[in-house]
Amino acid sequence: MIVVIDYNVGNVRSVCNAFRYISCDVKLSRERQDIKSAAGLVLPGVAAFGYAVSALGSLADLIKKLASAGKPLLGICVGYQMLFDQSAEFGSHAGLGLVSGSVLPIPTTQIVPHMGWNLVTLPEDMDLFAGLAREKHFYFAHSFYPDVTDTQAKIAYTDYGFDLPASVQKANIYGTQFHPEKSGKTGLKVLQNFAEICKKSN
Amino acid sequence: MLTKRIIPCLDVKDNRVVKGVHFLNLRDAGDPVELGARYSDEGADELVFLDITATIRSRKTIVELVEKVAENVFIPFTVGGGIQTVDQMDELLRSGAEKVSVNTAAVDNPNLLTEAAQRFGNQCVVLAIDARRSKENPGRWQVCVKAGSEPTDIDAVEWAVKAEKLGAGEILLTSMDADGTKTGYDNELNKAVTDAVNIPVIASGGAGKLDHLYDAIVDGGADAALFASITHFGNYTIRQIKEYLASRGIPVNL
Repeated sequence: MIVVIDYNVGNVRSVCNAFRYISCDVKLSRERQDIKSAAGLVLPGVAAFGYAVSALGSLADLIKKLASAGKPLLGICVGYQMLFDQSAEFGSHAGLGLVSGSVLPIPTTQIVPHMGWNLVTLPEDMDLFAGLAREKHFYFAHSFYPDVTDTQAKIAYTDYGFDLPASVQKANIYGTQFHPEKSGKTGLKVLQNFAEICKKSN
Repeated sequence: MLTKRIIPCLDVKDNRVVKGVHFLNLRDAGDPVELGARYSDEGADELVFLDITATIRSRKTIVELVEKVAENVFIPFTVGGGIQTVDQMDELLRSGAEKVSVNTAAVDNPNLLTEAAQRFGNQCVVLAIDARRSKENPGRWQVCVKAGSEPTDIDAVEWAVKAEKLGAGEILLTSMDADGTKTGYDNELNKAVTDAVNIPVIASGGAGKLDHLYDAIVDGGADAALFASITHFGNYTIRQIKEYLASRGIPVNL
């Protein structure tokens, strides 16, 4: 069972729908017991960073503890950004600190938000991209991005006038700036891969 | 490189997709869930659903529709029509919409854009502008509200600039003069707005042929081209549109 963490932000239903569509056992919950017993956790997020962090509240510590103990965790969009140390969106907010780096605004030399389908170069050694070609389009919609400083993290980049970290993997911790649940068949494959990772780790 | 987006628009009235000319003379174009799923399968980049009745009764209907669409559509979709509060936006986003668009409510209360951006992030907040070329001053466009029925004194380009500052993350720019005519987008309008803002602009209104979409992107500077009639009634497929644009050097997600 994959648990999608329900913390009163948008887009949670889409992530569940996508897992159901690929016949994966999924539950939307904010109950500590569900979260503890899950095979893997998904931290979704359509929200401003500060709002998301405060909405997550005390669940943040639980998620951090479980992820540090090896439970697969997938952060999506703002959920991805929350894996890092801090964000500069509407003030300064601390993240989960699971991956080293800071969330910064996309330079205004580019159109902001970065919105639409962009080509991501997929490293062969990143588990989320198993079975996919080395370059695929994914759907992005965001104004901030993580500047990843973690030397242990594997990173997949997309080109948005600079190398934008589109996805990271650090041990059992995964994140995508793009929305796999909204990236058509390619995105569903990424979620399928995460489901496989969860199965193997249990 | 970010690709240019191809976006079918589904105007919804009484649970059916309809399409009119200059916002009038509506013609039935099918079931919104079926049509949405078909476009998602065919490789559309995104969908826009506009509740064109936007009454209190239709509010509930549109939330139910969004839920059904979200079970079958794995590409982003925007919902608009009659949205007035951040709580209504929240309900639609939680039901599965990726973005919400506002028009009249933002004109009445521009602060709505800021409230929404602070709560959901500006990538969720689409400002829809229905623009009509000014009769007195043909180089300007006036913003119309209430589904195009009420012209205001607001200049469309100035409104777009202000909305970006307030928190809009995208502009859905419809030329009321061109809408439903199939004679091409108003690319002077598109160019005026895309030159003035630094957020993505979706060109809307007037698509009839494939080169119209090319022109909206190249001459109008649009990041995305929205259309309805050309695919609803089977004239073109999404793939044909994308292959055409790719053949003319436009980056698309094929």
